[in-house]
Amino acid sequence: MRSTGMRLIVGTLRCMRGYLGSYATLGLLLVVGAAALTGAFGVNRLLRPGRPGDPAGKFANYECGLDPVGGDWAQVQIRYYLYAYLYVLFAVESVFLFPWAVVFALPGFGRTAVVEMGIFVGVLALGLLYAWRKRVLRWT
Amino acid sequence: MILTQEALKLPQINYVALSPMLILFGAATVGVLVEAFAGRGRRYPVQLGLSLVSLVAALVMVVRVAHTRELTAGGAVAVDGPALFLEGTLAVLGIVALLLVAERSLEPGGPFVAVAAVTAGTEADRVQAQRRDAGTEVYPLLLFALGGMMLFVSANDLLTMFVALEVFSLPLYLMCGLARRRRLLSQEAALKYFLLGAFASAFFLFGIAMIYGYAGQINFAAIHEAIQSSTNDRILLYLGLALLAIGLLFKAAAVPFHVWTPDVYQGAPTPVTAFMAACTKVAAFGALLRVIYVAFERTAWDLRLVIGGIAVLTMVVGSVLAVTQTDIKRLLAYSSIANAGYLLVGVLAVGGNGNHDGLASSMFYLVAYGFSVVAAFGVVTLVRDADGEATHLSRWAGLGRRSPLYAGLFTFLLLAFAGIPLTSGFTSKFAVFGAALASGQAWLVVLGAITSVILAFPYLRVVVLVWLSEPGENTPTVSIPGALTSAALAIGALATLLLGIAPQPLLDLSSRAAEFVR
Amino acid sequence: MHYATASGTLSSVWLLIAIPLASAAILLLLGRRADRWGHWLGVGSVFVAFILGLVYFFALRGLPAGPGSYRGADRTLFTFLDVGKLKVTFGLLFDPLSAIFVLLITGVGFLIHLYAVGYMADDPGRRRFFGYFNLFVAAMLTLVLGDNYLITFIGWEGVGLASYLLIAFWFDRPSATTAGKKAFIMNRVGDVGLLTAMFLMFAAFGSVSFSDVFGAVGRAGSTTVLMLGLLLLLGACGKSGQFPLQAWLPDAMEGPTPVSALIHAATMVTAGVYLIARSNPIFSANLAAQTVVVAVGAFTLMIGAIIGCAKDDIKRVLAWSTVSQIGYMFLGVGLGGVAYALALIHLLAHGFFKAGLFLGAGSVMHAMNDQTDIRRFGGLWRYMRITWVTFGLAWLAILGIPPLSGFFSKDPIIEAAFNRAGWSGWLFGTAALVGAGLTAFYMTRLFVLTFHGPKRWTDAETPGGPAAVHPHESPPVMTVPLILLGIGSLAAGALMATPVKDWLLPVFNNPAEETASHLSTLTVTLLTLLVVLVGAGVAVALFRTGTELVEQPAGPVVTAARRNLYGDAVNEALFEKPGLYLTRALVYLDGKGIDGLVNGLAAAVGGGSGRLRRTQTGFVRTYALSMLGGALLVVAAMLVVTLG
Repeated sequence: MRSTGMRLIVGTLRCMRGYLGSYATLGLLLVVGAAALTGAFGVNRLLRPGRPGDPAGKFANYECGLDPVGGDWAQVQIRYYLYAYLYVLFAVESVFLFPWAVVFALPGFGRTAVVEMGIFVGVLALGLLYAWRKRVLRWT
Repeated sequence: MILTQEALKLPQINYVALSPMLILFGAATVGVLVEAFAGRGRRYPVQLGLSLVSLVAALVMVVRVAHTRELTAGGAVAVDGPALFLEGTLAVLGIVALLLVAERSLEPGGPFVAVAAVTAGTEADRVQAQRRDAGTEVYPLLLFALGGMMLFVSANDLLTMFVALEVFSLPLYLMCGLARRRRLLSQEAALKYFLLGAFASAFFLFGIAMIYGYAGQINFAAIHEAIQSSTNDRILLYLGLALLAIGLLFKAAAVPFHVWTPDVYQGAPTPVTAFMAACTKVAAFGALLRVIYVAFERTAWDLRLVIGGIAVLTMVVGSVLAVTQTDIKRLLAYSSIANAGYLLVGVLAVGGNGNHDGLASSMFYLVAYGFSVVAAFGVVTLVRDADGEATHLSRWAGLGRRSPLYAGLFTFLLLAFAGIPLTSGFTSKFAVFGAALASGQAWLVVLGAITSVILAFPYLRVVVLVWLSEPGENTPTVSIPGALTSAALAIGALATLLLGIAPQPLLDLSSRAAEFVR
Repeated sequence: MHYATASGTLSSVWLLIAIPLASAAILLLLGRRADRWGHWLGVGSVFVAFILGLVYFFALRGLPAGPGSYRGADRTLFTFLDVGKLKVTFGLLFDPLSAIFVLLITGVGFLIHLYAVGYMADDPGRRRFFGYFNLFVAAMLTLVLGDNYLITFIGWEGVGLASYLLIAFWFDRPSATTAGKKAFIMNRVGDVGLLTAMFLMFAAFGSVSFSDVFGAVGRAGSTTVLMLGLLLLLGACGKSGQFPLQAWLPDAMEGPTPVSALIHAATMVTAGVYLIARSNPIFSANLAAQTVVVAVGAFTLMIGAIIGCAKDDIKRVLAWSTVSQIGYMFLGVGLGGVAYALALIHLLAHGFFKAGLFLGAGSVMHAMNDQTDIRRFGGLWRYMRITWVTFGLAWLAILGIPPLSGFFSKDPIIEAAFNRAGWSGWLFGTAALVGAGLTAFYMTRLFVLTFHGPKRWTDAETPGGPAAVHPHESPPVMTVPLILLGIGSLAAGALMATPVKDWLLPVFNNPAEETASHLSTLTVTLLTLLVVLVGAGVAVALFRTGTELVEQPAGPVVTAARRNLYGDAVNEALFEKPGLYLTRALVYLDGKGIDGLVNGLAAAVGGGSGRLRRTQTGFVRTYALSMLGGALLVVAAMLVVTLG
């Protein structure tokens, strides 16, 4: 003879196959996730050494296991930004160059495609030219 | 992947129809070259001449292709009535703003520096603020921005629209940081505008992704089709539409995406503020109108309530906050926010089939408001003391005694903002509210009228301050404007008056142009 | 009724208005630059208008007579208003009625203009004065020339404006500005009547032109006609200083004397008579309206005469006399029929002799350092012979002593009043007769105290002090008009009585002479002469030896008369006080209620603004957060609206 509890579980499982089935899966996932989280934190709490207070280095920045150098609110040289910017410029340019390289040999493209791409690269080169004239490419 | 010849064809490009923006982009590129290679002394006349000529040429081209109605560049750009009307508007307002930008008699060397990103307060910044032969970078930037705006109002797919958005936004961010005086405030404004603009762009981009997910296309016509035929979940569509709208409403300075407006308007060099207030508004609303009318016309009914709510919020917050402002530029910024609300009322007046009153009246409003606001900021550039412009309202007390002409001009423009008859402010509000009434949006009109009354208060407060107060010791002088500013003021004020007295030609023009090509 | 279109000479009839108007514009716009010659331009323009008036008059006489031997020329200039169903043209009508008014206005007007050149010689505002004066002439001509009520109304308001400007001409005197305002406001009350009458005409007939309205009166209901009549009468009373709107006219004497002569005696105040005469088809169509007009006229002529007896200010006596004489004219136009013409003849005659009286009074004041109190004149006949003789002629004329003009103009009105059918004829006739006696009394009192008896001169500045005045005759520029007006008073009556009547009667549809009469012409004439002689005799007997210099206590009747029969008190109690209370109540309501509401709202907006303002912190992070919040809201709202 099956107990009432068994019947309940079976009924639930039957329901899961029905309309709300997929949601039940989601619910189960949530329950499991919550259990895993609580479990992990609980185990952590049980295993760690209980040392309240301020041990040395607790609030120090973490830099790959090395001791941090300087404060964490350091200003980055603006020149890095310029270089990064110029780099992005040409990285993006090459992204556009790839599809062009694929199609320009097809009939009907040829010269037009070359000219257009020439203009595109030319405009970008213009930016580089400007940057050069404004002496931002020099580090000092 | 196999590329068939059918799949990849060179798109047809109607270069003539696109020539207005091509001219501007070309001139801007030449401008960069001039910056790089021309001697310092020669840059100013060359840049100014180049910009003026290119803008006039763009305007001429707009007029010449005025009857074009087609999609070009593979369906990425639409050259139709609204696009051409707004391109022309942008060219004209751009010329007027350029006149303010180029004014050098008020301040030796003009109101701009060359480099925006030099740390404020450093020796280098002080040096560049003292130079008198630099600061011409603003011209190519202005042309790039204008070209981007033209592309923005004629973009016919979401990606083109996004690219255009960035093309005109980036120069604007920079221009905000170029002020010669009050460098720190100017840079703060530029950075704020940039950060928040990037934030809004992210929303826009995210919206594009959603729409693409729903429709599988980014072309407006295809989206229009997909809304009827697609079987995808409509949540994607509405989510995308909302995010898209957020990106556009940010540029339009609608509440709650308006927060940047007062700070940026105040911090940016006043000619740039004038340019933004006039032209960015045109671009933002041009794009908003196109997106709503061309791509999402079938969801317009659903949009009504949300955009209507935003319109109400915009009108109320803009007008109420204007009441307590103490800085003339911030006051005008809030006025500009409230005006965005009135424009939204016009945008919402989608009158159904064939009735494009809402579109036509919104475009009329953009023109009328653009002229008035450029002239108003033009007057602000004139009120100066030893530290540059005196923008605090207390300093404007008694200005009418010092300079009745410019105080009178400013009063006239404020009356136009307040919507007093015989000014363009009245005719444009009348047109927009009329269109909204005709499409059954009476509640918006009522709120519009109420907020207009609230808004009249700060305007009249300025008028009272200017005319009825005694000039104090620290009432600044009003500089005698050079020919360029005089021309800009004259054009702005004349247009405000003419559009108030004889608005019919422009109304006719805008209603003839009010037909999108899908 | 339809007027023939003007042709030939008469088509330029608009020049009559244009010339004085242009002159006024030049005088007022050029400012001080015209100070040296401006007055002569003013005089000249009116003289030219007079000559033109004569030319048009003869041109009109030369026209072939229409039906009922009526001659009229209608000159439509342009469409003035075209709003919905209301279409009003700016048209001028030159017919016998407007012709005699044109001649009166420009003729007498010219003489008074001429006189004013001398009278205002020392006034720094003489050019301005002539500008206003020309403006008045232009407006008055518009009034009498309009071919519809709206144009007439424009002139009506124009003369009101000019009258206001001229009464308050010496605007640095509080009494003058107050009098100006009083005149203006009381005129407005009358104007409401005229305006409402026009509304009613438009509602009932769809037009305000004379031809349409008069053509439609016959078909209109009697209530409408009565209402029209009463409303027009209200307008007429306001302009002509008739009961109950008589109080402003005596105060209007604060203006310069030529103004009193031209505007407040000879021309403007007779505009009411013109209005009723012009609207004769309306009044003739309703007996009740006519009776009201007669009653107003009779009552006003009595109160004017009674108050005139008790006044000591030379101009005020003349002013009340004007009120009284216009009462006679109202009586005449109210009687209807032939009496329309009689009233207008009296109007013309009155225009001459009253202008003469006023100008004479001005001449006396000129001689006596602007003294106006007749108790402080006396014995002047020896010093100012011309003024004395011309004033005397006018005095005899107003008394109605044959063969001066009043005899030919006033007596027929009295006779016509007696001959009104029924008991009312006796009532109104008796009133007119007693009025004539009173007129004789106060005018004789005025004349005797001014020119005869002992000298009682004191300076105007120091009323009780010794005499410092040296009376002298006025310069020729003032005496010439006096002489001409004196001749007018002497001869005009006899000359005009018959031809003017024949000239005017076609305007009034050629009414038949009354046959049934209570009293014969001879009886009335003798009776009137008797009453007049008694009145004059009493006055001579009483005042031959002069009078006290200050006001003496008197019985209730005289006191009441001195107080203008309590007309001002009544106005004050009935209108001013309640108006004051109403205004105070409204101000209170406005202050507490409406302003409170508005200010409360404004405070709420301001407070909200201040609070909202704090959200604008200046931190990008806050801004970004608010944008994010806004974005969430928008997305949520969008999903709720579309999916919910």
